[in-house]
Amino acid sequence: MDQQFNVPDVEPQEPDIEEEDSGSDIKRIAKYFGFRLLALFITVVVAIYLLILVANMGGAVDDIRMGQIRENVGMQMMAMSDQMADWPAERRREYEESLVEQERRRLGLDQPFILRRVYYLRDAITLDLGRAEQMTSDAGSRRVQLIILERLPPTLILMMSYFLIMFFVALFGALFLSRRYGSKIDKLVVILAPSSAAPGWVYGIFLILIFSAVLGWLPFGGMVDAPPPRETHLYALSVLRHLILPVTALIMGGFFLTIYNWRTFFLIYSSEDYVEMAKAKGLSNRAIERRYILRPTLPPIITSFALSMIVMWMGSIILEQVFNWPGLGRMLYEAIGLFDVPVIVGGQVIYAYLLAATVFILDILYALLDPRVKMGFGSGGNK
Amino acid sequence: MLDRLKKRLKQVKQYPSVIFGITLITILIITAIVAVIVIPYEEAVLLWRGGAVWAESPRNARPTYVDWFTSEDLPRTEIIDGRDHPDKKTMESMNGVKEFEFVLPLDYQYDGFPREFNLFFEAEYEETRPHVSVKIRTPDGREFATDDFSVQRDSIRRLGQLTELRRQVDGRAPRIGIFMDPDYEDPVPLKGEYEIVVSGYLFEEDADINVRAVSYGQVHGFGGTDHRRRDLGVALLWGTPVALMFGVLAAVGANISTFIISAVGVWYRGLVDAAIQRISEVNMIIPNLPLLILVGMFYSRSLWVMLGVIIVKGVFSPAIKTYRAMFLQVRESPFIEAAESYGTSDKRIIFFYMLPKIIPTLIPQFVTVIPTYVFLEASLAVLGLGDPVLPTWGKLLNDALGEGALYMGHFYWVLQPAFLLILTGLGFAMTGFALDRVLNPRLRRQ
Repeated sequence: MDQQFNVPDVEPQEPDIEEEDSGSDIKRIAKYFGFRLLALFITVVVAIYLLILVANMGGAVDDIRMGQIRENVGMQMMAMSDQMADWPAERRREYEESLVEQERRRLGLDQPFILRRVYYLRDAITLDLGRAEQMTSDAGSRRVQLIILERLPPTLILMMSYFLIMFFVALFGALFLSRRYGSKIDKLVVILAPSSAAPGWVYGIFLILIFSAVLGWLPFGGMVDAPPPRETHLYALSVLRHLILPVTALIMGGFFLTIYNWRTFFLIYSSEDYVEMAKAKGLSNRAIERRYILRPTLPPIITSFALSMIVMWMGSIILEQVFNWPGLGRMLYEAIGLFDVPVIVGGQVIYAYLLAATVFILDILYALLDPRVKMGFGSGGNK
Repeated sequence: MLDRLKKRLKQVKQYPSVIFGITLITILIITAIVAVIVIPYEEAVLLWRGGAVWAESPRNARPTYVDWFTSEDLPRTEIIDGRDHPDKKTMESMNGVKEFEFVLPLDYQYDGFPREFNLFFEAEYEETRPHVSVKIRTPDGREFATDDFSVQRDSIRRLGQLTELRRQVDGRAPRIGIFMDPDYEDPVPLKGEYEIVVSGYLFEEDADINVRAVSYGQVHGFGGTDHRRRDLGVALLWGTPVALMFGVLAAVGANISTFIISAVGVWYRGLVDAAIQRISEVNMIIPNLPLLILVGMFYSRSLWVMLGVIIVKGVFSPAIKTYRAMFLQVRESPFIEAAESYGTSDKRIIFFYMLPKIIPTLIPQFVTVIPTYVFLEASLAVLGLGDPVLPTWGKLLNDALGEGALYMGHFYWVLQPAFLLILTGLGFAMTGFALDRVLNPRLRRQ
């Protein structure tokens, strides 16, 4: 809520900037990005390590997996009971133990966790996510990478549609409202702003109820019709039809609050002296908006939007569940149901990378929009 | 300082939305208190565990208030207990065998058929089971009779499972075939006085028997019932204290600590500040919900554990950046410099000079952030990671979505908890927004 108001930075500029560093802008920007990238990378490593610790702490998972192994071996033995009918009990038990041991070694459970977590970390960071224990990709592969790659596009389609629609609609909507401060439509938005207290998936339930269950206009969930249409354009059309409800739900979960916040922001900035000055000079409204209002407000607006994006990545897990959307969120949930640790950790790693990528893109935008970065003061939204 | 705060709070009353919000919150709090008093914790847990407690309530019945909006009179659950009609019970003893007969009256005046029709027997005997047969007499004098059967101490006879009855009503379900008007082709219930005659023999001197006839309604309770016959009203009521407690505690725990930590960072600068910043960045990269999912899967789904994780995770939340920017401004103000110059301790400066300056922003922030946690708890429950024993709104949604309530048309099941969640969200959000406008008058001058 209020979190999304980013008060412009007022930190005094660090004096340690060397004046004689008069290298080209590009060099400085590259240095800046290099540093940011390194910092983000270290952040991701630490975050992933913590997740691995949490996911495996106390050995609870190991116990569960040992139990599963024993059960599977037991089933295997049952299936082979004909061949072993004349074996003595002793030999049978030995054979069972050897099977368990074999399976244990296959899954790497025989090594101590201290070693395993280092391996896990190394593999996770290089995105070598190992093999799933239970889940398979639609093509039948056990490799976590492939499973995730298969589930990534639906999530990206969903989230990108949402981000793009939301950003531009909210930006122009907020500008429009700030021009009509105090009008009826402005007051309506102010009244509706609290509606964003509920996340998208709650609205999703209502949308499914109205448009799928009662009216029957749109599908209940999923990403394409079953069976999927053969022609590409029909396929795209079908995906679009399935996209309408989830994207609308996501937008409903934040729309009025975002517009309200941004318009407040524009209003604050449009009362600055330099805007009055521009008005006095007789500049057109459009020019004032572009040069004097949008320019200084965009960096904090983008920060707030990126922060809300981070929240949205999480919100999409439940939304995907509600709408049966075959994305990362659903994968994560299915994996948890199966205690498939590699897939869970893999999913987390991907989420951590996605968040880091969001922050990095934000940094680039910042550098483009905030002249202080170009000038070498190294200030940005993510100090 | 406090006076000013009070004066400003008085202005709050001018905003209609805040009145609405506070009214909503008050209603919720009262509901929560009532819930805890009417249904104590242990009882709520027991009720929600389900099973035999709910044997006499229907499956998937709509809430009673649905009846107010339909022109038809929807059937409710009718329980006719033999004990309540001692005059309708006759008992004759001869040669050690007792012959008994119950005539249970059922005044059926509804426009629909019962969901189910069951007979509950409670028999007391030493060795030989009583023999019983059931006859149902309709208002127009037709009779439907079952074969003789023996009953155990506690047993249930479901009309739908008695094939001899099914034969008598042309293969229809007995609950429809018996209660329908024979003059119509389509099943229309025949209204009037029905009689359920249960007669039979007890073979022992001290043996006794009682029977309860239950005609299950299509509407039941103020919240309806679910697929396990549980009254949704219990969960709707008990969801309120759970949601409020969770939201408020999480908001207090996470927000206040964040607030203090960012002030500490700004005050000490240098390493402390840098460390706090880095930690909060790492924290931001660890996704909240998946972390909770992990905790829920591998350790405990208890509400308290989740609350603890949320608070710990929330200490270094991204809000630190917002607070930090504010504190940076405060730190440069002259009164801090003055305090420093006459030797005020660090602790005192942080807690008595810096923090109070920003409290007006904290209050609305605190109120508006409560719904986030309420919904987080619901999200976890929707994913099937709700508290294992407590009935909550999120668990209702989880059950409903899992049972395909939307596809099956059990809309009440989904709508009620979702609606309550949204109401809670609106209540806090509206109050918080209005407080924000009063306490932080950024736009006052315009």
